[in-house]
Amino acid sequence: MSDNHDDHKPVTPVLWARLLLLLPFVALLWVSSYNRIEPTLAGFPFFYWYQLLWIAIGALTIGLVYKMER
Amino acid sequence: MKLDWVALSVFIALFIFITGLGFFAARWRRGDLDQLHEWGLGGRRFGTLIIWFLIGGDLYTAYTFIAVPAVLYGAGALGFFAVPYTVMIYPLLYIVFPRLWSVAHKHGYVTSADFVRGRFGNRWLALAVAATGILATMPYIALQLVGMQVVIGAMGVETSGFMGDLPLIIAFVILAAFTYSSGLRAPAMIAVVKDTLIYLTVFAIIIAVPMHLGGIGAIFNAVPKAKLLLATPPDGSWGALSAYGSLALGSACALFLYPHSITGILSSSSGRVVRRNAAMLPAYSMLLGLLALVGFMAIAVGVSAMPELADGFKRYGNNFSVPALILAMFPSWFVGIAFAAIAIGALVPAAIMSIATANTYTRNIYREFINPGCTDAQESKMAKLVSLVIKGGALVFIFFVPLQYALWLQLLGGVWIIQTMPSVILGLYTRFFHGWALFIGWLTGFSVGSYLAWANNFAPVYPVHVFGTTFPCYIAILTLLLNIAVSVVLSVVFNALGDRGKDATVPSDYY
Repeated sequence: MSDNHDDHKPVTPVLWARLLLLLPFVALLWVSSYNRIEPTLAGFPFFYWYQLLWIAIGALTIGLVYKMER
Repeated sequence: MKLDWVALSVFIALFIFITGLGFFAARWRRGDLDQLHEWGLGGRRFGTLIIWFLIGGDLYTAYTFIAVPAVLYGAGALGFFAVPYTVMIYPLLYIVFPRLWSVAHKHGYVTSADFVRGRFGNRWLALAVAATGILATMPYIALQLVGMQVVIGAMGVETSGFMGDLPLIIAFVILAAFTYSSGLRAPAMIAVVKDTLIYLTVFAIIIAVPMHLGGIGAIFNAVPKAKLLLATPPDGSWGALSAYGSLALGSACALFLYPHSITGILSSSSGRVVRRNAAMLPAYSMLLGLLALVGFMAIAVGVSAMPELADGFKRYGNNFSVPALILAMFPSWFVGIAFAAIAIGALVPAAIMSIATANTYTRNIYREFINPGCTDAQESKMAKLVSLVIKGGALVFIFFVPLQYALWLQLLGGVWIIQTMPSVILGLYTRFFHGWALFIGWLTGFSVGSYLAWANNFAPVYPVHVFGTTFPCYIAILTLLLNIAVSVVLSVVFNALGDRGKDATVPSDYY
């Protein structure tokens, strides 16, 4: 987490990794795929836990791309 | 409502604490506050953690924390679009905005209009971007006051008449004073306290309420079926489904174009700080997602049937659902903490928004059109003064203009600000566009968007009919497509005619 001095070096984009960043758009814009109650998880209807799950997947994907491009 | 002295005392104590912090912030990582980038961008020195608090405090505002659960409470699942929205912003942040940071760092740009001015060599296009930013932010600042008003009223303080306006006036005078003296350093420092309190509050709610009701399932079971999911679309229409998706996508595209978002990004110490934060900021989205469900918890706890809360709902409508749940579930001292978190949560973005619009006015209108020969010190002085004027304007707005107009204007703000996307975001990648083509594209999107919103009675979603199918679509997305089409076609024409305008940047500025 510390900010290093090589912070100013340009990053080299890793294209295939960046394609992963499209996943949340595909998943979340396909609204009919998750507009339902079942299966529930720990009391949460699918509609809610599925979208909350994508917050975590989105963050992990970005973290992964960041690691790849360091 | 009875005045809650305990809650009010805790609330005031926390407020005094952050006021002190706001003034102290001027000394923090001391810089020459007579330079605009020191006052208005904190010297571009904030590292990963401070930026996390700063942008988190900036984007997830008190208004969001009040209004999103209120929509779930009132209208149900549609309000949850805030979650896909705040997921989609981060891939955009990761890919696009480090480029803006690097070119801004290289050329000393403080606003997005600065970049557009340099990139396309067209001061009128830059003026359009700057004016759109200011116009879109003003109602947003005013809405922050709504969040404050609700929690102050919820503690039993009278909020009508002049005496009722007094607490808000005091809060804004404090805000104006420390913003004036400390610039962006103040909200950066206060954001740390605010977010700590917000996290504390949300965790307390999501632990205590399910325990009280007997589990998460009990909460959802108490919600009427019709509110739990998006309505199934009628034949020949995408109904709520395309409305939901387009609202999420349009809001995501618009968010980082607002001046206050750009200010947060440009105050980072490097593009990598921005990238790291794209992976870390989703923690706030989780917070927002859980907080949104507080709207359902309020239904499950039955706040609407509690006589002592009826007055609040009468005065503030569904916006009272979060404060109502907190009042119904927690002891007074915790109510004070939670309400202070929300109120301070209004001050942080309001401060950043006023700084960002002041930067924009000063750089792109004052220095460009009114006093081109101004010194750095004059420039910084002007920004400080303008930040006061803007906050004064927001106060006047909220006292004298019906709340409904602020809500309409904020909706229009999203439609307006997204029209700067071709100039700012596409401009980071290509010089294909011609400055005047972008200007006419902007003008088209801006006017058609405003007209559609007006013709649609200020409902954000407009039903588009294509080949016998109806797609309810967020007006911002529709008009952005129109804007891009116009910009592309006219760029081809104008580029063929010759003079493309001077580009002050070179490819190696973007990384």
